Amino acid sequence: MLSVRDLTVSLGPERAPVDIVAGVSFGLARGEILGLVGESGCGKSMTSLAVMGLLPQPGPRVRAGQVLLDGSDVTQLQPWQRVEAGHGRMAMIFQEPMTSLNPVRRIGDQITEAVQVHERLAGAAALARARELLELVRMPDPGMQLSAYPHQLSGGQRQRVMIAIALACRPQVLIADEPTTALDVTIQVQILGLLRELCNRLDMAILFITHDMGVIAQLADRVAVMYAGRIVETAPVGALFEAPRHPYTSGLMDCMPSRNSGARRLPTIAGQPPKPSRVAAGCVFAPRCASVREACRLATPPRAEVAQGHEVLCAFPLNGGGLP
Amino acid sequence: MWSYALKRAGTTAVTLLAASVIIFAFIHVVPGDPIYVLLGDTATPDQIDALRHQLGLDQPIILQYLNWAGHVLEGDLGRSIFFQAPVLSVIADGAETSVLLATMTMIWVAIIGVPIGMIAAVRHGTWLDQGLSGAAMLMASIPTFWVGLYLILIFAAWLGWFPSSGYPSVFEGGLGNLRYLILPSLALAAPNAALILRLTRASMLDVAREDYVRTARAKGIRPWQVVRRHILRNALLAVVSAFGFTFAALLSEAVVTETVFALPGIGRLVVQSILRRDYPVIQGVILVIVVVYLLINLVVDLSYRLLDPRVELQ
Amino acid sequence: MSRVGATLWLQPFMARPIALAGLGVLLVTVLAAAFAPWLAPFDPYAIDPMIRLTPPNAAHWFGTDQFGRDTLSRVIHSARMALLIGSGVVVFALATGVPIGVLSALFPRLGHLLMRMVDVLMAFPALLLALGLIVILGPSVANAILAIGVGYMTTTTRIVYGLTLRLRAETYVEASRSMGAGTVWLIGKHILPNLVSPLLVQASFVFAFAQLGAASLDFLGLGAPPEIPSWGNMLAESRTFITRAPWLLFFPGMMIVATAFSLNLVGDALRDRLDPRFRQVFGEKG
Repeated sequence: MLSVRDLTVSLGPERAPVDIVAGVSFGLARGEILGLVGESGCGKSMTSLAVMGLLPQPGPRVRAGQVLLDGSDVTQLQPWQRVEAGHGRMAMIFQEPMTSLNPVRRIGDQITEAVQVHERLAGAAALARARELLELVRMPDPGMQLSAYPHQLSGGQRQRVMIAIALACRPQVLIADEPTTALDVTIQVQILGLLRELCNRLDMAILFITHDMGVIAQLADRVAVMYAGRIVETAPVGALFEAPRHPYTSGLMDCMPSRNSGARRLPTIAGQPPKPSRVAAGCVFAPRCASVREACRLATPPRAEVAQGHEVLCAFPLNGGGLP
Repeated sequence: MWSYALKRAGTTAVTLLAASVIIFAFIHVVPGDPIYVLLGDTATPDQIDALRHQLGLDQPIILQYLNWAGHVLEGDLGRSIFFQAPVLSVIADGAETSVLLATMTMIWVAIIGVPIGMIAAVRHGTWLDQGLSGAAMLMASIPTFWVGLYLILIFAAWLGWFPSSGYPSVFEGGLGNLRYLILPSLALAAPNAALILRLTRASMLDVAREDYVRTARAKGIRPWQVVRRHILRNALLAVVSAFGFTFAALLSEAVVTETVFALPGIGRLVVQSILRRDYPVIQGVILVIVVVYLLINLVVDLSYRLLDPRVELQ
Repeated sequence: MSRVGATLWLQPFMARPIALAGLGVLLVTVLAAAFAPWLAPFDPYAIDPMIRLTPPNAAHWFGTDQFGRDTLSRVIHSARMALLIGSGVVVFALATGVPIGVLSALFPRLGHLLMRMVDVLMAFPALLLALGLIVILGPSVANAILAIGVGYMTTTTRIVYGLTLRLRAETYVEASRSMGAGTVWLIGKHILPNLVSPLLVQASFVFAFAQLGAASLDFLGLGAPPEIPSWGNMLAESRTFITRAPWLLFFPGMMIVATAFSLNLVGDALRDRLDPRFRQVFGEKG
């Protein structure tokens, strides 16, 4: 449904570009949820904005690569240009439900606006459709909420409204950029459940971006782990949690409280991710890697398929039999 | 909302009270005995004694202030030495010109400053934006009286399209007399339109960075619709409130322009009263303008909150 | 300022040719003021009734006025008054605004009172406040500086107050405070050094608007005494002759515009270099 190839997003002048996303590739099938996971600043949000065609202007730009949506090339097309050209449909929800809705316009207006563009409905018909969408996202009392302002809703309700707006675009692909990070844990569980349900019911693909491995375990079918602007490991969620093959993924999972319930202190990964402007030769993770070897500092590691659907960007992947 | 309105009105009242003390003190710190100040230097000793008693200047200063404030609240701002008439009526005579001039200026400011500011914001970062923003800064750097003199030279003296000075009331000569105010209002509009242009641009760029604008773009709405429905309204809230402040400031900023065009407004009244040492008029004008300024600020602030649906929450 | 600091300050001008041009105009103005007696081709006060109101020509590049005085020489000498008033207003605004603003931010109780007083002063429109003070003090150059300065004292105080509050909240200031640093140390070590850049921005804007304010006072006959050459005075005198001698209007006015515009350009370039946290303290007005 969605295929991203060698996507490179850069900042700075044309002559000396700084790549904040460096050659990212992944695919996404109908009805599948792909979790894109990484620390803050690893480029996962930039990847999602670049795919969506919403990179802030002026600012970062897509320097190379391709985004294919339902077979058509939508690289660097903004949402309205995709609508105009009649390409596949993609929608997005964001991290901050508090600020992502216009504070001075009613909920109903903000949903019907999307309905008008994507379903060519107007007036009462559009409003009725907005109400349906609110029901679909299990909004309590949807008829009343249409005339409410965002500040009158709770955080979870606002995120439901955001999802309703996204659904109004009849998306084949939904990009969710940390949609539950700003919410309470109980609300978080409800929203994740809702996304899973909508994914199945509407046969929609979801690209779910998060820094939280726990959320990935709960929701995703497949995982792509990002580090310093690169995808370092891609695997089905079960395989990844069972036996991470990239040292970074492994380190990331050691930081999860559940896996180390016996330990007093959670382990950490020493050091800081490199700045995109200071990426040295060799493997980007080499300076922080626990099992680094001489060769890692010299050559860029190859992308290796260690098992069916399990790729890793590492010259010396960890043993497949799990952690010692 | 009501509690906020009361609180806001309270601070305005306190500020006004403090300002009134300063304005009251004015007549006591200008050089010379207030009595001479009030009567002019041709007064006879009898007149002086009579006035001193009448004004209660032999009383403690606090009582004098309360006395003065009481008169002010009754609408008695004293008597003009030059006009031999109540100060309030002298000011009222100039009010028509000043209010019409300020209104006309604001119309120019609105039709020049706001749309051009919008264009600059939409074309943010292009040469057009840089050119318009630079031009606005240039306009803000030009003295209004210099613009005024050039307008007189070109449109009054050379082309003869507009009168160069004076203003006969519209109530006597009909609306056609508004042509007397066209050149002065244009001169006065130049720097103010520049400020509003920059403010419109800045506040649109601020709003354009908001998350909800990204949401709107994600919906697939065309860029112009995003601007119209999501950026413009939110950005103009800030601009509209600046309109109120600018209007209030114009009533006194017009001092120089009214002098250039010999308009019988409050501004020229101040300058002439300074040259005539007609202190009660100066005091009265300052008081009236400060009151108007504070009231407009209060109204603008409250209506701004009324327009914003978020205040229901508080 | 260290060499690195100096390059940092020059950088915004290098990237923006128009701001560099502004810097150039200011330099020329300063040189004109400094070397006025040598640069001016004639005595600015010399009256010659034979050549009253001559248009610009080879001998008198900018023409002559109603007394036959050389306009170019008067324009050059006027640069002195412009710089004097501008720097006087800046010094006054900073000398009053900085202490009041810093102390208000560090001592909240005193600060509340002082900032309320600033609010009261701000209820008086700037030009009206200046006129009122001129009435009390009488017209003179020093009083013009004071009268215009008071208006900018309030804005400067507000800005310094806002900046100091931000700085005070920063962790390192808190930290040094908790380690027992005295207030004087705090101000000298952490607050004033951080105020230098934003105050430089404020100074350029105040300098620019002081030019316009002074020109207005001169024009109304309430600023510098009429016999002193100043651009505002020259414009006030030229008023009567605008149709007969438009050049008298052009040159002094251009000088006011050029200096005020250059200062605004410089201030704008410096502001864009400011830390974003500080930038928002400079709202829509300068």
